[in-house]
Amino acid sequence: MRSEVRAGLLFIAPALALITVFFFLPVVAGMLLSLTDFDIYAIGSLDSVRFVGLGNYATLLSNPVFWKALGNTFTYVLLGGPLSVAISLGAAMLLNSKLVRFRGLFRTAYFAPVVTTLVAVAVVWRYLYHPRVGLLNQALGALGIGPVDWLGDPRWAIPAIIVMAAWKNFGYNMIIFMAGLQTIPESLYEAARIDGAGWWQQLWRITLPMLRPTTVFVVLMTMIGYFQIFAEPYVMTGGGGPLNATLTIVMLMYKEGFRWWNMGTSAAAAFVLFVIVFAATSLQLLLQRGREE
Amino acid sequence: MTPPASRPWASRRARRLGVVALLTCAAACAPPGKGREEVRFWALGREGEVVQQLLPEFERRNPGVHVTVQQIPWTAAHEKLLTAYVGDATPDLAQIGNTWVPELEALKALQDLSPLIARSPVVRPDSYFAGVWDTGVIDGKTWGVPWYVDTRVLFYRKDILARAGVTEVPRTWAAWIEAMKRVKSSVGPDRFAILLPTDEWAQPVILAMQAGSTLLRDGGRFGAFRAPEFRHALELYISLFRDRLAPALGMNQVANVYQQFAEGYFAMYITGPWNLGEFRRRLPPNLQDVWATAPLPAERAGDWPGVSLAGGSSLVVFGASKHQDAAWKLIEFLSEPSQQGAFYALTGDLPAVRAAWNGPALAADPLVRAFFTQLEHTRPVPKIPEWEQIAWRTAEVAEQALRGRISVDEAAVTLDHEVDRMLDKRRYLLDRKRTSP
Repeated sequence: MRSEVRAGLLFIAPALALITVFFFLPVVAGMLLSLTDFDIYAIGSLDSVRFVGLGNYATLLSNPVFWKALGNTFTYVLLGGPLSVAISLGAAMLLNSKLVRFRGLFRTAYFAPVVTTLVAVAVVWRYLYHPRVGLLNQALGALGIGPVDWLGDPRWAIPAIIVMAAWKNFGYNMIIFMAGLQTIPESLYEAARIDGAGWWQQLWRITLPMLRPTTVFVVLMTMIGYFQIFAEPYVMTGGGGPLNATLTIVMLMYKEGFRWWNMGTSAAAAFVLFVIVFAATSLQLLLQRGREE
Repeated sequence: MTPPASRPWASRRARRLGVVALLTCAAACAPPGKGREEVRFWALGREGEVVQQLLPEFERRNPGVHVTVQQIPWTAAHEKLLTAYVGDATPDLAQIGNTWVPELEALKALQDLSPLIARSPVVRPDSYFAGVWDTGVIDGKTWGVPWYVDTRVLFYRKDILARAGVTEVPRTWAAWIEAMKRVKSSVGPDRFAILLPTDEWAQPVILAMQAGSTLLRDGGRFGAFRAPEFRHALELYISLFRDRLAPALGMNQVANVYQQFAEGYFAMYITGPWNLGEFRRRLPPNLQDVWATAPLPAERAGDWPGVSLAGGSSLVVFGASKHQDAAWKLIEFLSEPSQQGAFYALTGDLPAVRAAWNGPALAADPLVRAFFTQLEHTRPVPKIPEWEQIAWRTAEVAEQALRGRISVDEAAVTLDHEVDRMLDKRRYLLDRKRTSP
């Protein structure tokens, strides 16, 4: 081996060792776990563990609760993803406008929910959504619209949680979008205005194309975030109610693993989610690359 | 940079901190005395804080023993016990929820207490509420001694019932339904007769036990949800929502149950002893005279009171403990009627030992007497590690039925099917135990 190669290997060895111990090994262990029926009895005596092959996956796929959770997770991604990205982009563009005064104040205010404790936020939102005394229903009542049981009606529970999650998290992406907006040279807009381009044309022809790398990053992270959504529905609706209408894959995984100690099933659910997120991310990067070429 | 002017302050603070540290150490890191045996006791939540006030007396009587209490929050306790067992770091004794006994027994983490109980002058099975004592007994051996008990009774508004013309607290299901219908027609469409949170399993399970359902069959090998008793109970439970006697709300949607009870949103509520203190604290003073508690109605006349859950906390000794005799002495001490009474005075937790109920504080309180009557009629839930998962699934399926998504028969079939699958491992282990010598 040449000495530079050896030196190079030596330099990356610590990082490689860390990744192996804290990433690859757990992943492999998790995969092996998903092929067994490791459960509460196995903690007592290891000889009760049975190798079940793909049995956990078969059980999972035949479980209506799993499909419900999968459907809900996709609803979170498909409804919540675009909404979150649109709100953060909108807020970033508003704050980036030259007309805005007290920019620092607004930036801090919009970012505040991100750093606020989720549980505290959830208590307030649960009151807002309260079917009888909630502010939202009182406002709707003033408009003559009957009360909606936001968190109790299976049809409204996911939208209600998505609105809360989007409000809680848009500030983070807003900051990233603002950084992206500030890298767009002002001269482009000046040239466009001289050529007679309106606001919409400037948005479509300058802002969005120039923001593309930022947008790809934000969309990816938001999507992964919604695929893994757990805390928001967990604190808003307890264990995924009503009627499992807000149950997500990660919540199912948590329940199976840490409430019922069915580690095998839980690991299988984790792997299914991993495959889905991997596929969705790859697809999106592929599409992105295709458009750039 | 620290400005020079603040230096003396800083050093004074440092000195003060040092003194505090020394004092703390004198209290906490003092060696437990030469030759004194150290017993590690894990106690949960507020009980863990309060039990320390009882211990000086124990240590005075047993000069050779020093008890170290570790206080563990309820929310983390179950997981911590399991990880401690895996990591070989279990304490000598612990307080656990009495439904955790089967699980820890299945893990072989616990010490069989039966021989110690057989010789004990203090811990005698017949001085306990039978249903609650039974929670610690598995396969004829006793693994846990009840420390304090809890069960569910009916909390109700006397004024609302009186206004509806209900003069007596119902003692049978039929009278109960009749009373609820009267309350409903008296309070109108926006209020309800009873609150049964749709995301809790206790209420449907209690009704099923009252109807005579065993919930599981063949020694916990299969579900017994298709049996007529369970379906009968589920039918009744669902009818309460269908007839608008109970609102179809989960506990999460009832933002503040005390406020809504005060407003008269519902007139009855099935809940446990922790709410005695909460109702006293949180209901406005003018309502303190109009709420009361009563044992649960029974399915048939003559069975009153109907059975309820045998809940509470038990004390267990771990098999890995090297101080089992000292740990047992502590259990005996905490089981003495006088200590049980003192513990009630400190926490409001209801004593597990019946003799402790003769104390003035308990005997005089009519709100607590309902619990005493009810505690004589309790039954444990199936004593298998899978029970909690089964219970939650029961609540979920019952909720689907009460919202009209599935029929009672479909709910029963679904439950049996899913529960049989959850019990697959248990059947395998039981069969293996039987075939291997």
